[in-house]
Amino acid sequence: MLLEIKDLHASIGDKEILKGINLTIKPGEVHAIMGPNGAGKSTLSSVLAGNPAFTVTKGEALFNGKDLLKMSPEERSWEGMFLGFQYPVEIPGVSMVNFMRAAVNEHRKYKGEEPMSASDFLKLMREKRAVVELDNKLANRSVNEGFSGGEKKRNEIFQMAMLEPKLSILDETDSGLDIDALRVVSEGVNKLKSQDNATIVITHYQRLLDYIRPEFIHVLYKGRIVKSGGPELALELEERGYDWIREEND
Amino acid sequence: MYKQYIELYGQTADTICGHSCSVMNARRNEALERLAKAQENIAPATDGPMSENIPLPVGKTFGPEKYAHTDIDALLAPDYGLNLNRLKLDVNPYDVFHCDVPNMSTLLYFLVNDQYYDNPRDNSQSLPEGVFVGGMLEFAARFPEVAAKYYDKLASEHEDGVIALNTVLAQDGFVLYVPENIKVEKPIQLINVLQGDVPFMVNRRLMVIIENGAQAKLLVCDHNLSPAQFLATQVTEVFVGENAFFDIYELEENSVYTNRIASTLIRQAAHSNVMSNGITLTNGVTRNNYYVKLEGEGAETHVSGMAIADGDQHVDNYSFIEHAAPYCVSNELFKYVLNEGARGSFAGRILVREGAVKTEAYQSNKNLCMTDEARMWTRPELEIYCDDVKCSHGATVGQLDQQAIFYMRARGVTEKEAKMLMMFAFMADVIEQVRLEPLKDRLRQLVEKRFRGDLAKCRGCTDCGSL
Ligand SMILES: Nc1ncnc2c1ncn2[C@@H]1O[C@H](COP(=O)(O)OP(=O)(O)OP(=O)(O)O)[C@@H](O)[C@H]1O
Ligand SMILES: [Mg+2]
Repeated sequence: MLLEIKDLHASIGDKEILKGINLTIKPGEVHAIMGPNGAGKSTLSSVLAGNPAFTVTKGEALFNGKDLLKMSPEERSWEGMFLGFQYPVEIPGVSMVNFMRAAVNEHRKYKGEEPMSASDFLKLMREKRAVVELDNKLANRSVNEGFSGGEKKRNEIFQMAMLEPKLSILDETDSGLDIDALRVVSEGVNKLKSQDNATIVITHYQRLLDYIRPEFIHVLYKGRIVKSGGPELALELEERGYDWIREEND
Repeated sequence: MYKQYIELYGQTADTICGHSCSVMNARRNEALERLAKAQENIAPATDGPMSENIPLPVGKTFGPEKYAHTDIDALLAPDYGLNLNRLKLDVNPYDVFHCDVPNMSTLLYFLVNDQYYDNPRDNSQSLPEGVFVGGMLEFAARFPEVAAKYYDKLASEHEDGVIALNTVLAQDGFVLYVPENIKVEKPIQLINVLQGDVPFMVNRRLMVIIENGAQAKLLVCDHNLSPAQFLATQVTEVFVGENAFFDIYELEENSVYTNRIASTLIRQAAHSNVMSNGITLTNGVTRNNYYVKLEGEGAETHVSGMAIADGDQHVDNYSFIEHAAPYCVSNELFKYVLNEGARGSFAGRILVREGAVKTEAYQSNKNLCMTDEARMWTRPELEIYCDDVKCSHGATVGQLDQQAIFYMRARGVTEKEAKMLMMFAFMADVIEQVRLEPLKDRLRQLVEKRFRGDLAKCRGCTDCGSL
C-alpha cells in the first residue's frame, strides 16, 4: 500500500474543511479526484503535502507504511510525495537552478548519496526539461516569476520529473494549459508513470482524463469522498454536472 | 557626554598636536567650539515621536542628525583608552591577514587602530603618476596646499558632535588623492584593523579627493582582531570633481563588542558619479551617516547599504541627500534582515533646493524582521522646494512569504535552506549595485556565509582581501 487515508479531518482556523476522508492508493494506480469548487480538493492535497496552514484534527494517513502526518513537508518530499500546486508560487530572486539544485541534493542526502556535480546536475536539468518541453529561458529565471499560467504548470511537471516521486498529486495541472500544452504535460505525466509510483490528478475536465486514463474516479463534496467509481463516473459527471451529487448528499 | 572629551583635549592638546600634523591641528580649536556647542544642545531625555511605547534605548542627543534610535551617550560614556602618544602597535597586518596572495588585484593599505600602517610594500609602482594613496601625515607634508584646502571642509559644516569630536581627536588618517583626468584602474583597499585588550577608542579620518575627470574605486573593510570593547569614530570626506567617477564600498565585519559611529560626507560637482555601498555583516552598535551634497548640474549618486543582524546587533543608517543643482539623480536602496533581537533603523532625508529643477530622487528601504523580537524603525523625510522634480520613496517591513517557504519545502528543500535562499534573494539587488565584479562575487559568498552563520569569527582577508 502506498497511501492509506483513514477518516481524515482538517481545519483552517476553526473552520473544518475536510470531514472524514478515506482513500487507499496502491503503487501503479492512477486516481482522479473531481468535485465542485470549494469542495476541499486543494485542501486535501495541501494537508497531504504538510502545509502548516492547516491543522489535522482527526484521522490518520500512512505513506509507505509510515505515519505521514508526523513528517515535515520536506520529509514527505524525500519519502516520495509530490504536490503539483494549483497555484504555483512565485519566488522572486530565487533562481530555478538554485532551487532545484537544493531540492535534488536534499533528496540525495536523505538517500545517503553525495551531492551532484554541477555538470551532472545541469545535464539532468536538460534531460528533464525535454520531458515537458520547458524552455531553457524559464529554467534560468526566478522560480515562476513572470511565468504565464501555462508555463507555471509545465514547470510543476518539470519539477516532478526532476524529483521522480512515488506519489504525485497534480492539482488542476490542466487548467490554464492550451491544447498543445495539455498534450505535452499529459504525455510527460504518462512517461513518468511506472509500476512503482502512483498519481492523483485533481481536475474538472474530461480532456485531461482522456490522456491520462485513471482507473479510479472519486467525487469530493463538502469535505468527503461521496462517490467512487471507474472511468465511467467521470463521463457521467461530464454529462450530468454535480446537481445529482448535491441532491444525493444535501 | 562630550564633556569628558573636551576635558581630555584640554589636558592633552600638546600631546595630540605634537603627534599629528599642522593641517589637522589647525582645525582642532574650531571643532572644539562645535563640540562644546553640541554638548550645550544635548536635550533632556525625551521620547522622539517614533519611539513611543518602545522600551529600547533612545539617544538623548537630538540635533539635525537625529540620533533617535542609537544611544550615542552610552557609546561615549565608557572611560576608553586612547593612543595619543602614537605608540606603534606590534602588529603586522600582513601576517594577520595573510594577504600576500600573488594574484591579488587590489592595492592594500591598513589603518591599525587609527594609525596609518607604514607599508613595507610599496604600491606606488602600480599607481598612475601623481596619484597619492597613503597616510594623512605624509600627504600633509607632500601636498600641504591640497591638504589644507580640503581637510575638514565638509566636516566643519556639520553640527554633529561626533564629527566634531573626531576632528578634535584624530591624529592620523588615510588619503586617496587622484589628480585631474587620471583613472586608477586597480581598486584601492583600506583595511581598518582594531587591536587592544582594554576598552579603546579610535578616531579614524579618511579623505578622498577625486579631481575633475578622474576615477577611482575604494573598498574599506573593518576587521576587529580582539574581543575588547571598541568605539571607532570615522569621518570620511569625499570630494568628487566634474565628470569624475568614484565608488566607495564599506564592509563591516567586527566583533559584537565593537561599536562604530561613522560619517561619510560627499560633495559632488557637475556630472560626477558616485556609488557608495555600506554593508554591515557583524558588529555591536553601528551608526552610519551619509551626507551627499549634489552641487553641480547633472551629478548622479547612488547610496545603498545592507545590514544582516542577529543577537544584540544594532544597525542604524542615516542619509541626507541634498539636491542643490538641476538635473541631478539620487538613488537610495537600503535593506535589512534582522534576526533574533537585532535592531535596525533607517532614516533618509532628501532635500531638493529651490532651482534644482529636473531632480530625480528615489529612495527605497526594505526590511525583513525574522522574529517577533527584532525591531526596525524606518522613516523617509522629503523636503522639496522646487516643482518639476521626480521623487519617490518606499519603505516596507515584513516577513518571508510563508507560501513560498512551503512551496520549497514541498520539493524537499529544508525550511532553513528555503529561508536562506529567500533571504539571499532579498539582498541580491544591493549586491547588484556594486560596480566591481570580483567584489560582487566575494560579497555573494560573504552574505551567504553570514546567513548560514559561518561568519562568527572574522577571517580577515582570506574572505575579502584577496579579490
Ligand atoms: N486559507 C484559507 N482560509 C480560509 N478558508 C480556506 C482557506 N483555504 C481554503 N479555504 C476554504 O476551504 C474550502 C475548500 O477549498 P479548496 O481550495 O480545498 O477547494 P477546491 O475543492 O480545491 O476548489 P477548486 O475546485 O475551486 O479549486 C473553501 O470553502 C475555501 O474557501
Ligand atoms: Mg482547488
